[in-house]
Amino acid sequence: MTLLYILAFVLLCIALNQLFKVFELSRDLRGEKLYKTTDSDNKFNGRAMFLFMLLFFGFFLWQIDAYWYRILPKSASEHGNKIDALMMANYWLVILVFFVVNGFLFFFAYKYHGKKDRKAEYILHNNKLEMLWTVVPAIALAFIIIFGLKYWNEIMKRDNDPNPIKIELYAKQFDWTARYPGKDNEFGIDDYMQIDGSNPVGLDTNDARCHDDILVKNEFHLPVGREVIFTFRSRDIIHSAFMPHFRAQMNCVPGQITTFRFKPIVTTAEMRKEKHVQRNLDEVNAIRIKRGDDPVEFDYLLLCNKICGASHYNMQMKIVVESEADYNKWLANQKPIKSAAKTTAQK
Amino acid sequence: MEHNAHAGVLHGHHAHDHDHAHDHHEHHETFVSKYVFSMDHKVISRQFLITAVIMAVVAMVMSIIFRLQLAWPGEKFAFIEAIMGRKWGKDGILDPNAYLALVTIHGTIMVFFVLTGGLSGTFSNLLIPLQIGARDMASGFLNMLSYWFFLASSTIMLSSLFIEDGAASAGWTIYPPLSALPEAIPGSKLGMTLWLVSMSLFIVSSLLGGLNYIITIINLRTKGMKMTRLPLTVWAFLITAILGVLSFPVLFSCALLLIFDRSMGTSFYLSDIYIGGKPMEQVGGSPILFEHLFWFLGHPEVYIVLLPALGITSEIIATNSRKPIFGYRAMIGSMLAIGFLSFIVWGHHMFMTGMNPFLGSVFVFTTLLIAIPSAVKAFNYITTLWKGNIQYTPAMLFSIGLVSSFVTGGVTGIILADSTLDITVHDTYFVVAHFHIVMGLSAIFGMFAGVYHWFPKMFLRMMNKKLGYLHFWVTFLGAYGVFFPMHFLGMSGVPRRYYTNSNFPLFDNLMDINQFVTMCAIFAAFGQVIFLINFFYSIFRGEKATQNPWNSNTLEWTTPMAHVHGNWPGALPEVHRWSYDYSKPGQPHDFVPQTVPLGPDEHDGGEH
Ligand code: HEM
Ligand SMILES: [Cu+2]
Ligand SMILES: [Cu+2]
Repeated sequence: MTLLYILAFVLLCIALNQLFKVFELSRDLRGEKLYKTTDSDNKFNGRAMFLFMLLFFGFFLWQIDAYWYRILPKSASEHGNKIDALMMANYWLVILVFFVVNGFLFFFAYKYHGKKDRKAEYILHNNKLEMLWTVVPAIALAFIIIFGLKYWNEIMKRDNDPNPIKIELYAKQFDWTARYPGKDNEFGIDDYMQIDGSNPVGLDTNDARCHDDILVKNEFHLPVGREVIFTFRSRDIIHSAFMPHFRAQMNCVPGQITTFRFKPIVTTAEMRKEKHVQRNLDEVNAIRIKRGDDPVEFDYLLLCNKICGASHYNMQMKIVVESEADYNKWLANQKPIKSAAKTTAQK
Repeated sequence: MEHNAHAGVLHGHHAHDHDHAHDHHEHHETFVSKYVFSMDHKVISRQFLITAVIMAVVAMVMSIIFRLQLAWPGEKFAFIEAIMGRKWGKDGILDPNAYLALVTIHGTIMVFFVLTGGLSGTFSNLLIPLQIGARDMASGFLNMLSYWFFLASSTIMLSSLFIEDGAASAGWTIYPPLSALPEAIPGSKLGMTLWLVSMSLFIVSSLLGGLNYIITIINLRTKGMKMTRLPLTVWAFLITAILGVLSFPVLFSCALLLIFDRSMGTSFYLSDIYIGGKPMEQVGGSPILFEHLFWFLGHPEVYIVLLPALGITSEIIATNSRKPIFGYRAMIGSMLAIGFLSFIVWGHHMFMTGMNPFLGSVFVFTTLLIAIPSAVKAFNYITTLWKGNIQYTPAMLFSIGLVSSFVTGGVTGIILADSTLDITVHDTYFVVAHFHIVMGLSAIFGMFAGVYHWFPKMFLRMMNKKLGYLHFWVTFLGAYGVFFPMHFLGMSGVPRRYYTNSNFPLFDNLMDINQFVTMCAIFAAFGQVIFLINFFYSIFRGEKATQNPWNSNTLEWTTPMAHVHGNWPGALPEVHRWSYDYSKPGQPHDFVPQTVPLGPDEHDGGEH
């Protein structure tokens, strides 16, 4: 069988070779300069440029139409609404630029396609025009910068709420641990040297403030309407805590503590009722059923967004946003570290 | 062997000496000195090109393999096992570590080996001496070394694919600690060592090349070739070389410190790490330091990739519009501005590292500034087409494609540069879309355009025009089809560098986008097969080239269509005007070569 393939390949090569020879012979006999562009080449490619433009713009609009409901649903955090609004404004601007500049490009490419009897105009430059297209982008960019930095400062400000919920997200290959400060509302200090089976996030066991801390895995909860201040740590390499529905992201860097604040404003239950969320979920479940998996419900996720090894693609944790009362109930059911350690020891 | 390396140095020396040009013909060269250890810039340029083409094919095949995985995860592809072997492609399914290795080496090869070494190596080498009217590079010997370091580094990079634990897999940006700790990922064992060795050699190659380009442009311009008469290609190569010389040493330090951390127990980048079941002793370092050093090179690097492509395009668009480039001085000014600014924007890759938000603001400001000269360049290209008489050679098609993708990819840069917006799209497919459209389309198109345009200078034959058209249209459609939909993946929150997006339900329904992308990638890959056939066939059997096939003004077309050592058989040409006198009123033809003296009341275009 393999032999047959090789034979067929060799024959094909010989045939092609002969073909090329004939082609070259006829080319040389006619003495044509095949590489020269002819008027019909120019016309063809000029028109193709125009056609491409239509196709390209059409493709873009089609994608907007087909994919728009798939982009992230409305923001589940307060500052996220600002980001989304700014994003939309920027999208409008850059889409306008995209259409206008590509439009001119392809239109000129079509309009001025070469003809034997046409002569190009000798134009060197034009100060007015150049001024215009330096100043206009500069003004547009000034707006982008001003609004961007205004929001950036607001989002990154550290003292919005004097009494935020504190949560630490601890990253390691390849899972997350969420840590709540417990009754004293203080985390206490950490010491990576003390990491072991009963001290997975490396707390300094001599620091009493750590003893009432609560560690949770697989899912963590947030109260709606309360500002949350996250701190991030990593045990091994750089990970990144990405909570796309909350428009939140921050790297987790070993040897360093990073922070991010946001206020969740949409509970998981509310988000499940969102039209776009439902539509996407229906699609997901249709695929799952076809595959023989059980249907699922929508959940917020914390994802790892910095390449961190073989299971990077699966380093996630569920986030539940609920009323403050439910949140407090849930939290009360979690065991502080000291008593959790005791129960493991007793086993 | 009369021609040892030493004689070669002398050889290179009197290459500058105009009167001695004839000597060269009396030397008889062996095959080895002519084609292997050659010091002739034209031969070295071809060596760079062929090496880069091979590297590009490897990287492209890699991309098809991991695109298949993304579109049809879990599907068995027999050929994946055949290529990747039992270990990495068991039963035709790609292994997650192998996926990361492929992504890493794909990125490394494309950014450094194809678009830096390949693009600058080929065209700076070919065009600098020919367009400034020099007999060769300032140092032919260093130039030869530059290629051999490049080849050695390419070979090591490729060889790392065949080792037991697999090639480097920490992404092309190799952030430590992932790249520093063999316990973290198998690719950080020998694979990472080879990556670092290879890149160190690459940096040497790039520095040798860059220094040579700068010195040659500054010192060896022929009589009358003022800076304001230089073609924009040469300006672009000059600025690119300066960027490289200033930034690659920083990458070298960056890599060196990583080598120390990996093998000597230092802790430049490491602190408070617990891995492999025990705490590490190294404390006090910071992985963020690495990011600063890396991106101090990394951002200028993206312009090192793009500027030569823009330079090539300037030349091709002017020639084939039969019009002077619009705003010659503005083009130079904006390249200088881009070059300068590209050194003070690196922090935009690090908004989410926990960097002080105020520092972030500064980088927002500088980054958005860079959009202004970029926009000026795009507008100048478009106005060059305006009222032109466009000759659609394959090179011209690719140049127009470059302008389109530069705009399309540039505008998303504006979104990313806004730290507020970057919070949601950083490290998602939105970024992947952005940089592939500016590098994978624009810069690669510039390279293709250059190959089609200067093929007759390199190989004395022409590439087939019709196949060139086909190649362009397939590539243009395919490449936009690959990278445009990725914006929407990013806006849906899909992170980059995931082995599969269907391990949890959130992104399951985006699978059809991924499949569309992969199919476009396969389509575009077929386009590259057309190119390869055309390229290699034309080298040997293409139509014979004529003296000045594109009716161009620049000096390279005044050299004979034969490979002459020293470029011009007689005296060096003298330059009397800038290179963009196309369709000048009152002239007999629609082009006026730079060697034609100015008429009595004629003005030189470059003086405006
Ligand atoms: C208008 C000009 C441009 C602006 C404002 C801009 C801005 C940015 C920003 C802010 C990022 C970081 C995104 C993130 O990681 O979240 C980025 C990424 C990138 N850009 Fe651009 N860019 C521009 C043009 C270019 C050009 C011309 C190239 C290359 C030819 C380029 C290549 C890249 C690459 C390779 C990355 C990603 C690196 C990585 O994370 O792997 N950009 N750009
Ligand atoms: Cu991770
Ligand atoms: Cu950058």
